[in-house]
Amino acid sequence: MSMPFYVAPEQMMKDRADYARKGIARGRALIGAVYQVGVLLCAENPSRSLHKVSEIYDRIAFAGVGKYNEFDQLRVAGIRHADTKGFAYARDDVDARSLANLYAQYLGQVFTHEVKPLEVEILVAELGAAGRESQLFHILYDGTVVDEQHFAVIGGDSDAIAERFAGAYSSDWNLQDALRACVAALSEEEHQLHYEDLEVAVLEDRGERRTFRRIAGGELQSLVGDPG
Amino acid sequence: MALPLFEVARDPGPDFCGLLGLLDERGTQMVGQSTPVAIQGVPHGTTIAAVRFRDGVVIAGDRRATEGNIIANRTIEKVFPADRFSAVAIAGAAGPAIEMVRLFQVQLEHYEKVEGTVLSLEGKANQLAQMIRSNLGMAMQGLAVIPLFAGWDLHRNQGRIFTYDIAGGKYEEEAFYSTGSGGRDARATLRLGFRPGMSRDDVVRLATKALFEAAQEDSATGGPDLLRGIFPVIGVIDASGYQRVGDDELVTLARELETELTTRRQPE
Repeated sequence: MSMPFYVAPEQMMKDRADYARKGIARGRALIGAVYQVGVLLCAENPSRSLHKVSEIYDRIAFAGVGKYNEFDQLRVAGIRHADTKGFAYARDDVDARSLANLYAQYLGQVFTHEVKPLEVEILVAELGAAGRESQLFHILYDGTVVDEQHFAVIGGDSDAIAERFAGAYSSDWNLQDALRACVAALSEEEHQLHYEDLEVAVLEDRGERRTFRRIAGGELQSLVGDPG
Repeated sequence: MALPLFEVARDPGPDFCGLLGLLDERGTQMVGQSTPVAIQGVPHGTTIAAVRFRDGVVIAGDRRATEGNIIANRTIEKVFPADRFSAVAIAGAAGPAIEMVRLFQVQLEHYEKVEGTVLSLEGKANQLAQMIRSNLGMAMQGLAVIPLFAGWDLHRNQGRIFTYDIAGGKYEEEAFYSTGSGGRDARATLRLGFRPGMSRDDVVRLATKALFEAAQEDSATGGPDLLRGIFPVIGVIDASGYQRVGDDELVTLARELETELTTRRQPE
């Protein structure tokens, strides 16, 4: 009978964390930012059909970076959770905090117990309603949750991007200002982003129940200010 | 409650009803349909109608629910937008019908969010047929649900109407249909008043008239009630989506009918 080698728990956790971080760092970054009347989610994503940003519920959006199949599974699970909860109770009873906790539990569970941690980092955004502020929940590969009132950056090179973005950030921005600041922060000197490289969506009240809206094509081009 | 994740082979995909079934098995949820017991004295919704016109389709329902010969509710609503481009009207046992509509609404939105695309109108109509079929047991116990489904077909660019029987049979109507206890009378009015290529306003007027005539003959159908300010629910679905007809327009139409009735009573 072969005996497995002893590996210190610290080492094991560190190896797993390194593995997950490497996978996430390969992906392109994404910014979620609260602006004057809504929440903006802006990702670098040249694909038109494989989304990083999507709708979960009336006032909740999801954004993920890392391995596509892994965060897409989480996205679908989030929609299922929200829809069953809203159906069993009422639409107002669906909130981002409980969803973020479920994501955190699952990611934490996989990180410590499964063979391979999930190589994903996700953001759950909620548009504020009467008396409640908009919120962003940033959930890491090991189940750590951070809640942000203003903005969050996830994905590769997120520290540098967050630093650039923090310098400019203002919660009084309108959509155009917020979007242009996101593009500036996501761009690097030798790699300027254009509207075709972006996936953009907002949570914004328009007098309808569902607040999620994708911004693409000509509208995105004029908001970003790219020359046609 | 845990995150609803499934093995790949058992994944329900974009099917919300399938998801509820799987969650029921896990015992974490108690939603959907329960075992039926023969029940009597349940409120029933009555007359509903749908009519196609040049730019779309109109769907309408009166506001009365009855329990035998008693009026159970004067202001019940039987027309519901299912999503942006379609609507359901319900006749039959009000409780299960409203629950079915709620499930149907979530199912359509669930599919849209999971798949990232909207179901075709035909697909939505088939979904509703499956839900009615799964209600057959309850229907046999006297809790039948018979909806009308109407919507704007984004592929064909036209309004379409689908009708159902209690076993979930789905039939498409070319021009108009009406069902429920006053359905026969409403259909007769629609048959006499319908012309191909009618305008929105004319069709809203015709639908109001059909419900009014049904209320004349059928005690379970409520007519427009100017005294209490109760008017039918009428929805218009066209290329821009579902829109409910405002009460001010319905008041005007009710007054027209009132005038018509008065002149009928006192000919010159």
